[in-house]
Amino acid sequence: MSRVIAAISTAPAPAGIGMVRLSGDGAVEIASKIFRPRSKTRSLEKTPGYTALYGWVYDADGDIDECVALVFRAPHSYTGEDVVELTCHGGLYLLQRTLRAAIDAGARPAEPGEFTKRAFVNGNLDLTGAEAVMDIIAANGRMAAKTALAAREGALYRKMRGVLDELTTAAANLSAFVDYPDDDIPELQPAALKEILQNARLALGGLLKNYDAGRVVREGIDTVIVGRPNVGKSTLMNLLAGYERSIVTSVAGTTRDIVEDTIRLGDIVLRLADTAGQRETSDEVESIGVRRARERMERAELVLAVFDGAEQLNDDDMALAKAAAGQPSIAVINKADIGININEEYIQNLFKHTVIISAQKGEGLEQLEQAVREVTGVAALNESEPLLATERQRDCAKRCLECVNEAIEALDMGYTLDAVGVSIDGAIGALLELTGERATEAVVDKVFERFCVGK
Amino acid sequence: MKFFAGEYDVAVIGAGHAGIEAALAAARLGCSTVIFTINLDSIGNMPCNPSVGGTAKGHLVREIDALGGEMGLAADANLLQSRMLNRGKGPAVHSLRAQIDRREYSRYMKYRLETTPGLDIVQAEVVGLDRTKQGWRLLTLLEAEYSARAVIIASGTYLKGRIFVGDVSYDSGPDGMFAARTLSQSLERLGIALRRFKTGTPARVLRSSIDFTKTEKQEGEDPVIPFSFETKHRLKNRVDCHITWTSEKTKEVIQKNLHRSPLYGGKIHGIGTRYCPSIEDKIVRFADKERHPVFIEPCGLRTEEMYLQGLSSSLPVDVQLEFLHTVPGLENAKVMRSAYAIEYDCCDPLQLAPTLEFLEIPGLYGAGQFNGTSGYEEAAAQGLVAGINAALKVLGRPPMILDRASSYIGTLIDDLVTKGCTDPYRMMTSRSEYRLILRQDNADERLTPIGREIGLVDDRRWEGFCKRQQEKRAERARLRQTVLPPSKQLNDILVSCETSPAKTGVRLEDLLRRPQLDYKKLEPVDTDRPELDPLVLEQVEVELKYEGYIRRQQSAIEEMRRLENKLLPEQTDYSKITGLRKEAQEKLSKIRPRSIGQASRISGVSPSDISVLIVWLGSRKDDGAEDGRKGGDGDGRDD
Repeated sequence: MSRVIAAISTAPAPAGIGMVRLSGDGAVEIASKIFRPRSKTRSLEKTPGYTALYGWVYDADGDIDECVALVFRAPHSYTGEDVVELTCHGGLYLLQRTLRAAIDAGARPAEPGEFTKRAFVNGNLDLTGAEAVMDIIAANGRMAAKTALAAREGALYRKMRGVLDELTTAAANLSAFVDYPDDDIPELQPAALKEILQNARLALGGLLKNYDAGRVVREGIDTVIVGRPNVGKSTLMNLLAGYERSIVTSVAGTTRDIVEDTIRLGDIVLRLADTAGQRETSDEVESIGVRRARERMERAELVLAVFDGAEQLNDDDMALAKAAAGQPSIAVINKADIGININEEYIQNLFKHTVIISAQKGEGLEQLEQAVREVTGVAALNESEPLLATERQRDCAKRCLECVNEAIEALDMGYTLDAVGVSIDGAIGALLELTGERATEAVVDKVFERFCVGK
Repeated sequence: MKFFAGEYDVAVIGAGHAGIEAALAAARLGCSTVIFTINLDSIGNMPCNPSVGGTAKGHLVREIDALGGEMGLAADANLLQSRMLNRGKGPAVHSLRAQIDRREYSRYMKYRLETTPGLDIVQAEVVGLDRTKQGWRLLTLLEAEYSARAVIIASGTYLKGRIFVGDVSYDSGPDGMFAARTLSQSLERLGIALRRFKTGTPARVLRSSIDFTKTEKQEGEDPVIPFSFETKHRLKNRVDCHITWTSEKTKEVIQKNLHRSPLYGGKIHGIGTRYCPSIEDKIVRFADKERHPVFIEPCGLRTEEMYLQGLSSSLPVDVQLEFLHTVPGLENAKVMRSAYAIEYDCCDPLQLAPTLEFLEIPGLYGAGQFNGTSGYEEAAAQGLVAGINAALKVLGRPPMILDRASSYIGTLIDDLVTKGCTDPYRMMTSRSEYRLILRQDNADERLTPIGREIGLVDDRRWEGFCKRQQEKRAERARLRQTVLPPSKQLNDILVSCETSPAKTGVRLEDLLRRPQLDYKKLEPVDTDRPELDPLVLEQVEVELKYEGYIRRQQSAIEEMRRLENKLLPEQTDYSKITGLRKEAQEKLSKIRPRSIGQASRISGVSPSDISVLIVWLGSRKDDGAEDGRKGGDGDGRDD
């Protein structure tokens, strides 16, 4: 038995496609919870090895992307276990959402080098790569340790630590109460215990809810500005950046490559890329720029699709609108100062969010900011909540929450405190994974710190 | 003049709770065995509390019994009072504790050793231990030389023992025995790192000097549940215990005299146990606490000595008397033996393998307080494991390694040899992550098959066990198949137990699963119930009620055992493995874990270090390298 692990297995770089890989006993079952084949008569679970199915990956919010699911059956796979490879479009946002869905369905985030490790363990790799793999794992481990250390400084860690302390104290109280029945340890009443657990549930729920929005605030949103030539993309970028960054001319096709900058829009950080105008072109250099822009758009977390409000939509506009609308995106109708001739209804039917601005005059930025907040979920973010940093932390917090819920349920059903205690230990253990401590030791230490026990 | 006095397979140094189990196990497995004690009259002595069991410790006694050890039988045979602790707190934490007639217990154990074939008992202080080609040479103070193929050190608090009472200190073993002053040198010569630990015991007072009208009576529980699965006759409670509390005045006296404590005055350097703090420790560390409980326990049927649990101290005798007389009921107490602290040499258990054999010194084993633990039960558990493994080694058989999921014994030993201990280690239920499975009621199911395979479980015990298992299976089937109609009688019971009434027929099994119900409550409607061993009923009920939890812990155990079965070669040079962090290399080289699972529990070894180890192990197997571990994988279980 090996637990199902999942990870984005393609490089986090611009690419046409990206892949999320699941491996372990039950990989196919978990994948089938997030993958729906197009053909209703087929199912992932009945799919033999070396066979692909076409369909969609989805999560609780709906379809994520089109997807090709490739099934490998143990032992005939890279890792020697059951493996499913979900290949989607390359956007990082889509891949992360797919990974998230897999984790929510029961997989756990893979450790650095874990697929390869499993391949080794199952005897599927030859010897030559062993040392190299060990080096990679070690390097990743060092990096992870550094990241973990940095995370300890943060508000998130303090918040998690708070939950952890509460739970450990409760567990220590339970432990002292049972391990030292002769000492007058106050019995932790089920009602009091339940209150502690409910507080933990609330705190963890808050942390998880704010996870995505939180990352957006901290790391910035990978944003790309797209649009056919000369709709005012560079003017918008320069306006947002506050200084002239792109070469702005009125000759269509001036921006031939991708220009990047990090800007603040209110309290939101955008990692902004201005791209070459989207049009069919015969200029070779420009066409490379156009292709890059498309790729960039596909992996962006936010697309600002700019349209010239003064003109009617042309074919390039419509093609672009269709491509952009599938992403988290905002339609930006520019040149409001000149007058609106565009087919607004067409745009609004495609995009959930549309704003009208004048980049030239700097008007409409507030509406744009509000739209960005809504698309990225920042509007719903309670900023006093600390934020979860990585998928791994999220996974730990999630498992902690599951154990807390289970403990509450056990209390409600009238189970004895030893059973409740086991669930609390589970909750503590999940959080302690972040620091590499062990639940049983933490609890025992706490017993002697807090209670006067022993003969 | 030195003379040669005897040749043995196994020699055990010390006849306390660890030494007894070690010697009995080795002899019963067919090894010629000798056990040395400084005083024949202190075999199996209880120099501290006159009781066996307690939370988690009661589990250990049950497990020792299930494997074929002696402690449970001895406790049952000399029992004064018994209680099942933690009733109402859940089956995982039910623990037996019994007051014991300590002199009778000691005589029982001495007689048991005397009548065991293949076992010689020698009163002698072992002063020298040297390696020879065939094994070991032991030298006694009186210049007798013995040879043995394996040696078990179970020296308790005797090794360089030193007693402290206020300003007075002197070399001594516990309870007025001689200390073993010389053996430490031999051990250090062998390369064993020794350190000083400290423990203590309270005063004993004369029963007739206690005013029991000021104390609360604590009676035993009827019927008495025995420790041993083999004790079939009914046991009786013969004595009462009493509880009193320290007063505000006690606190004052102690605070006023703290400077006279050798501990706070800086004379004692040994590390004391968190688990048995002295009364001065408790008052300093928990200054806010108004009072501390004191348990007055009889030491035996034919003695008037009473043990005062909770008042351990190393203060001078005049201060002891002064504070004792501030405790309600003890105002006129006459002290027969004063409280004392004792400091002793013990080893760092990180030097040991899970067999309790020294990693670097083949054929030498440690058990009990010598390994850094506290408590008779912890000692006995280790003695049993060390004795079994020494014998198995001499006999050329694979070792017995109990993993954390098998038992508290396994958990105890894994903690010791993997994490070590910084103060004397006491067992607690919270130390086990698998405690819903490691219950005292099912110790036989977990360990008797192992004991049988090893050869410590005789036919009688084995037949009894098999019969209970058979009954259990039959009862589970009956509960699954019996459907009760939704009668008024049934629903009256259900409603009175605050659980929902039945609308249709309902299986007995499903009724018993409800936390609100039990066998007893269902008795009126469960008319076809057969006469069954209470042990069987208890196991069946607990397993049904906690089925979900048990199943989950079981799957966690399976996952754990996968890593536990990935054995690391004994002679691994961790400094040569690419990618391991330096700290991990050092820890791994020192602790030399047996398996990847054990390695993963070492503090300072990170998940990425473990990944590196797994890959390294994988690549090594590809290489066609042979497993360096002798004696097969796993824990010797046949499940």
